[in-house]
Amino acid sequence: MTEPSTPTRDVTVAAKPPGPEQLANRYTKVQSRDVNVYYGEKHALKHVDLDVYENEVTALIGPSGCGKSTFLRCLNRMNDVIDICRVTGRISLDDHDIYDPSLDVVQLRARVGMVFQKPNPFPKSIYDNIAYGPRIHGIAHGKAELDEIVQKSLERAGLWKEVSDRLDQPGTGLSGGQQQRLCIARAIAVNPEVILMDEPCSALDPIATARIEELIDELRENFTIVIVTHSMQQAARVSQRTAFFHLGDLVEVGETEAIFTNPEDSRTQGYITGRFG
Amino acid sequence: MTDATSFPPGTGSGGRPTDPARRPLVVSPHLARRYARERRFRLLGLASVATAGLILLILLGSIVSKGYSAFWQYNVDLTIEFSAEELNPDGGPVDMETLRRANYLALVRDSLKREFPDAAGDRSERRKLYGLVSPNADIVLRSMVLEDPGLIGTTQTVTIKLSDDMDTFAKGYIDRNLPEGDRRVTDLEIGWFDHLNSEGRIHAAFNVDFFTQGDSREPEEAGIYGALIGSILTLMVTLLVSFPIGVMAAVYLEEFAPKNRLTDLIEVNINNLAAVPSIVFGLLGLAVFLNFFGLPRSAPLVGGLVLALMTLPTIIIASRSALKAVPPSIREAALGLGASPLQVVTHHVLPLAMPGILTGTIIGMAQALGETAPLLMIGMVAFIVDIPQSFTDPATVLPVQVYIWADSPERAFVEKTSAAIMVLLGFLVLMNAIAVLLRKRFERRW
Repeated sequence: MTEPSTPTRDVTVAAKPPGPEQLANRYTKVQSRDVNVYYGEKHALKHVDLDVYENEVTALIGPSGCGKSTFLRCLNRMNDVIDICRVTGRISLDDHDIYDPSLDVVQLRARVGMVFQKPNPFPKSIYDNIAYGPRIHGIAHGKAELDEIVQKSLERAGLWKEVSDRLDQPGTGLSGGQQQRLCIARAIAVNPEVILMDEPCSALDPIATARIEELIDELRENFTIVIVTHSMQQAARVSQRTAFFHLGDLVEVGETEAIFTNPEDSRTQGYITGRFG
Repeated sequence: MTDATSFPPGTGSGGRPTDPARRPLVVSPHLARRYARERRFRLLGLASVATAGLILLILLGSIVSKGYSAFWQYNVDLTIEFSAEELNPDGGPVDMETLRRANYLALVRDSLKREFPDAAGDRSERRKLYGLVSPNADIVLRSMVLEDPGLIGTTQTVTIKLSDDMDTFAKGYIDRNLPEGDRRVTDLEIGWFDHLNSEGRIHAAFNVDFFTQGDSREPEEAGIYGALIGSILTLMVTLLVSFPIGVMAAVYLEEFAPKNRLTDLIEVNINNLAAVPSIVFGLLGLAVFLNFFGLPRSAPLVGGLVLALMTLPTIIIASRSALKAVPPSIREAALGLGASPLQVVTHHVLPLAMPGILTGTIIGMAQALGETAPLLMIGMVAFIVDIPQSFTDPATVLPVQVYIWADSPERAFVEKTSAAIMVLLGFLVLMNAIAVLLRKRFERRW
């Protein structure tokens, strides 16, 4: 199984920075204020204030263990699964507190989808992988509608052409890059508003990575994306805004171009120039 | 052993060519010893495997060599006169009730007397003569007549089982060269046997009754069907009780329970329960199920409940490790899509863990099938002739049947014991084979 078309787009040219008009009009999709995360005694994330704007890609960068993945997992409350994890502060989606006790976490996760570091398709058919989300949320009414959702999701993830003739085969039989696109298709099948991506390319080869990056840029039109990445080049290529975390602190956040060309903090400067990390 | 000096020269550590002059390849004196140690280790391992294999072979060999002869039975063809005087002494129309009660044994005895008129005089000789054939021979004749009353008044050649002693002699387990006082059969009986044999009227046939009848005091009539049905009924109860409880407990502990002191304590205790001697479970069953709840004695219901207690820890432990083996990434994927914890378990985790759970369950069931001690405590060791029809009928199970037969004095039960062991082992092997197949069939699909 080979990755199809290599991307024609020059990925080094960053996605177009928003013009001043757009900057003024952008809508804060996710807002975090004074977010702290504790793992038992460990203070893993300290006083994070971060805004994520709609239809933009926000990249979270920083050295290992800096808390960027922890922050990402707060946004759809995946940290709830961990017994010793405690979150304080306020995170809101469309100005609704997502840690409100009256909020149902299942519905939150339907609105905030997630793609993981390692491609993790279910050991079921490609079709069932995509159809699972719509099924449990009762999105599709009838087989025809479900078929349509599956096809559309695969098309948007750029996978339809490659798998349309073998939807009944197991998703685990695809190549790594295809599996990750399958996971993205699975996430968008429930029509979320925000997609969280936790190092989605770290287990993939450069060609598959480029394919995913291209896909992320396309998805930006319809979704708000937050991506954790270890690769600064990737952050530069795909994101409009970048947040740099270090030892649990949010050191600096700003337009990607500004962060990479003219960082304000010396730690950011040190990290992006490769002095540490 | 490879000569150490034959390594290609010039390759130092890391595969980088080094100057041989700077770094000569030394044949270390340790090298020979290291190789010898490795060889010894492999030999030891091989010897262990061979010993285990040999022991298994001896065990199986002795069981099979003792037990294979139980699968056939020697019979004798007798000319039976279905005389009307004997079967319907009052004359008149044939009435089923009379036929049912008639003395069929007399027919067999008459036939034997006609065969050997010399023995008819002496009382003890006569008893020996009648003892040539199974004392239950009348049952065969009765069912023949009840099926076809037209037989009355005719003379038929009927195949009748030899008694256990004569059957044992026919199979060659009794040495005719021993002095008469040292063997179970007398010269007289041997004479009769030889006479019948020379006429070609003694022949062996597959022992169907062994698989279709219940226990009996007469070895030639004893079969394992009753014990088999008892085992099946008992295991059904065990499975129905222990599987749902075990799987639910495992799922709760693994997927939902908070990890704290209490759950740690529960886990330790489950592991301890798995190590409790099985007879203790039997005593518990006696005290609780029989004495407190007043359930019937010797019943598969109670036996199954006791074995369920014993099997529960096995199933819980196997299920938990099967659940643990499901990668967390699958759970995360489902949670990330907005599946509820229950949906994560029922849609993803449980189906993936099911082969492992079933394997553990089958192994637990195999253990339960072979268990004897706890069942002795609740009275399943009774001598039961009838085939159990329900969960509350008195019953026994295969291993207990083995125990009962091994305890019986008759020589003919020796081969029955081994044959019953073979049947039991056959079922155990079958169950384990299913477990292995399941494991192979559904091996890691992620």
